[in-house]
Amino acid sequence: MKEYLEGSRAVAQAVKLCKPGVISAYPITPQTHIVEELAQMVSNGELKSQFVNVESEHSAASVVLGGVAAGVRSFTATSSQGLFYMGEVIFNIAGMRLPLVLTCANRAISAPINIWNDQQDSLSLRDAGWIQLYAENVQEAVDFHILGYRLSEDHSVMLPVMVCMDGFILTHGMETVDMPQDAEVDKFLPAYKPLYKLDPTDPISMGLLADPDYYMETRFAIEDTMKDVLGFLPKVSREFNACFGRDYKDCLIEEYLVKDADKVIVAMGSVCGTIKETIDELRKKGKKIGLLKIISFRPFPYQAVYEALKNTKQVAVLDKAVSLGAYAPLAVEIKAAFFGKKKSPKVISSFVAGLGGRDITLSSIKEIFKKLSVKEVNLEFIDLKPELLKEEYGG
Amino acid sequence: MFGPLTVKPVKSRGDKTGCWRVQLKPKYLQKNCIGCKMCVYICPEDCIKGKEKNTFMPDYDFCKGCGLCAIVCPKQDIVMVKEEQEEDKK
Repeated sequence: MKEYLEGSRAVAQAVKLCKPGVISAYPITPQTHIVEELAQMVSNGELKSQFVNVESEHSAASVVLGGVAAGVRSFTATSSQGLFYMGEVIFNIAGMRLPLVLTCANRAISAPINIWNDQQDSLSLRDAGWIQLYAENVQEAVDFHILGYRLSEDHSVMLPVMVCMDGFILTHGMETVDMPQDAEVDKFLPAYKPLYKLDPTDPISMGLLADPDYYMETRFAIEDTMKDVLGFLPKVSREFNACFGRDYKDCLIEEYLVKDADKVIVAMGSVCGTIKETIDELRKKGKKIGLLKIISFRPFPYQAVYEALKNTKQVAVLDKAVSLGAYAPLAVEIKAAFFGKKKSPKVISSFVAGLGGRDITLSSIKEIFKKLSVKEVNLEFIDLKPELLKEEYGG
Repeated sequence: MFGPLTVKPVKSRGDKTGCWRVQLKPKYLQKNCIGCKMCVYICPEDCIKGKEKNTFMPDYDFCKGCGLCAIVCPKQDIVMVKEEQEEDKK
């Protein structure tokens, strides 16, 4: 059923359809509306779930870790500093191989404090062993939660999923969303059957000391599973498409007018909508341009990216994040996808835009296409204000 | 794929720590033993068993090679030997 909803409310409703037994979160802008809505559902009796109020994100993550460890589907959501405060538990959840879905409402990182959108928070936690899916619009955010639980809880995967949606742009934006029906979701997503759980009648220990004789195998196993997910996610996606009438194809990447394009932008998240609009406009003027959207950043679909871009002449990678002192996170992966390959774009340029919520407009995207030429550029900041920069302190 | 993940709770006896030995392990010669049990009493792992003289042996699944038994033995009937030497003989 189509409904006109705020992004956060839509996500809360999607989570409700997944029927988590434990929800715990700590409020942080721009994520708050999601758990606020869920708390209301629980207290109204619409959703039978334990909503645990906690004093910090570290505790929120620990509560949901405990929830899944005890064999109950759980949910939490956070942003920016909150995600970092969850940091050590985030690694623990993946290390203990506990399936979970977490919503990250992407927001910039302090200092200076900034509550607006970019993707530095989730990208900084890319090495945690979580599957990361980036949503372009509210519909995708809604769908990735349902798909995420199914993927995460499969006994061949047992890894947590982070659904990343751009703060404010998606969480607070109003959009018409096709909300899945309860019965459909129940069919696609059966009740959680844990592989292992904490049970006093059959006690086990989780996350124990692993000395040098054991630790490396735990890491190798996650890495190996991530490789399998690249094959398994498309399977789940096809099932999802058939069940809910969507078209996410393999759910790893989305190609938008890439086949015949000379210039292609690679990006993630809501900015892809803006890029598509720019492409439509410039295509009318005869420019052959396209977009490659990365949906799954972890595991990273190197082969799919290679196949999609091997015949493209010039590629621009647009990052809404930086890895200070190195190439930008997405640019690194795209360059790596072509290293040592026979076919490769002549130019892979890297651009950084939209940090701390600076709007990426149609003209920002046009500027990127303009700057994308035979000369490769790296870490070119778009829409930078040079008047704010000084060589020395003071003045 | 999964690595070592969850563990059934075991008593300390289930946690074999003999792999912690680094270089040396005690060799019980069983020649001049007088059955004084000094080695049994001093062993921090409580892993030495035996009844009469010349029957005492450590359990190498738990022995960490600390060498206290070799020091305390009044008859020098326990000597510390290099781990690989023992294996060579086998």
